[in-house]
Amino acid sequence: MRIVLKQALASVGVALALALTACGGAPQAVNSGSASPSATSGGSVTVFAAASLTATFTELGHDFEAAHPGSKVNFSFGGSSDLVSQLQNGAPADVFASADQANMTKATNAGLAAGTPQVFATNVLEIAVPPSNPAGVRTFQDLTRSGVRLVVCAQQVPCGSAAQKAAKAAGLTLKPVSEEQSVTDVLGKVISGDADAGLVYVTDVKGARGKVSGVTFPESSSAVNSYPIVALKASKNAALAQAFVDFVRGAQGQKVLGDAGFGAP
Amino acid sequence: MPASARPEPRGYSGLPRWLYIPAGLGVLFVLVPLVGMLTRVDWLHFVPLVTSDSSLAALRLSLETALASTAACLVLGVPMALVLARGPARGRRWLRALVLLPLVLPPVVGGLALLYTFGRLGLVGRLLDVAGVQLAFTTTAVVMAQTFVSLPFLVVSLEGALRTAGGRYEAVAATLGAGPTHVFWRVTLPLVVPGLASGLVLSFARSLGEFGATLTFAGSLGGVTRTLPLEVYLQREIDPDAAVALALVLVVVAAVVVGVAYGRRLAGAVAA
Repeated sequence: MRIVLKQALASVGVALALALTACGGAPQAVNSGSASPSATSGGSVTVFAAASLTATFTELGHDFEAAHPGSKVNFSFGGSSDLVSQLQNGAPADVFASADQANMTKATNAGLAAGTPQVFATNVLEIAVPPSNPAGVRTFQDLTRSGVRLVVCAQQVPCGSAAQKAAKAAGLTLKPVSEEQSVTDVLGKVISGDADAGLVYVTDVKGARGKVSGVTFPESSSAVNSYPIVALKASKNAALAQAFVDFVRGAQGQKVLGDAGFGAP
Repeated sequence: MPASARPEPRGYSGLPRWLYIPAGLGVLFVLVPLVGMLTRVDWLHFVPLVTSDSSLAALRLSLETALASTAACLVLGVPMALVLARGPARGRRWLRALVLLPLVLPPVVGGLALLYTFGRLGLVGRLLDVAGVQLAFTTTAVVMAQTFVSLPFLVVSLEGALRTAGGRYEAVAATLGAGPTHVFWRVTLPLVVPGLASGLVLSFARSLGEFGATLTFAGSLGGVTRTLPLEVYLQREIDPDAAVALALVLVVVAAVVVGVAYGRRLAGAVAA
């Protein structure tokens, strides 16, 4: 009996080790930045922000540091739901900026927020196609044509639920060849040319700098994504955290976001 | 660390006693996270969670594709291991390093490599596209991704077994007039069956857990390319309970596969 148990434990151990190796690639895919766990001595602030904010917030971080001499902004960029679960598990952060309301609600329900979250930007969907537009996609309806290899986000992630909402409003049923984990995965499949079209955000098309072309469609207005931001209760530097939130919502922050294609709140 | 860091012969095991401390820590390091996951399983809803349509589709797809890629590993890997173990010595080291590359590459890098090779605009994919064959977003792409990452497991296991077995029996068979193909089927293969079996099991388990290359190369669509690990990763976005339940299923399947294979191998060793 003991031997059987030992053998069972041993095989479970082997299996787990294999599972761990196999999944090793996963977390890197979402966590493109790293948080500094160092104490917020002097004037440092750690911002957990949605992956789609990587370019704009990195720029705003530099601007903020210039405007507040002696301060330091650290970022951790990732999928909003990943960030929330990290915060729930005690990750040290001062500010949280989510790509959708649902994940911000998770954070407020968990009692993490120091105040009421404020929307600081909006984003709408756009059709991304390879520059040569091989399938000749011109409208939202074109996506449902047979032979058009469409890639969207899975409904479980914000860009996927937005795509679903837009399709429903337009009375269309999308038949994608793949439902990706994140909007960057969708963009990647369009850039590589394997997809004829992908549903991404306006800001993603702009950020791809010519590697994809964008096709705007009026139905996108029925699925506007709001980005809320809030200072966190766990912050050791509440004043600076709130200053960063105000900075993002202020004139300079709004200009950087607007230049990247984000809509005003 | 205790001062008795010198080997103490005890019975005929001759194992230094202090070794049990790091060994025990190692076992705990592997086991405790598993227990940690078990404490998060929502047992009340476990059955409905793992028998939902999407879960069953993912499990079914995972088992099918892992079997297919194990078969592909068998067909491609056995000849590769033989060439590495018995082929001409020149360039063998380089060849082995190349073959083992997927073992140390991050799977997502393997997926990118496959995408830029077999994708529609890729090196090979371009030609296939002209011929009307499209691999990206198909179940075939899943099998290719899994084969890519698990092939080295089979090759390494089998090459080791072939080296241990040596070439004496083959030489004898050849002097008795058996041709190379006859020797291969009747002498070489039967000698390395245990090594081959463990290589196949490792390949299967690795295929079952494959995530990064699949996501990058094959995409993710329920019933077509969304295998169990991809389903776990996706469910985690909205329903952590479902993700944990599915993760447990994956652990159990892997444990059963490895347990059965190693149990049989042990029994075989005793019988031999």
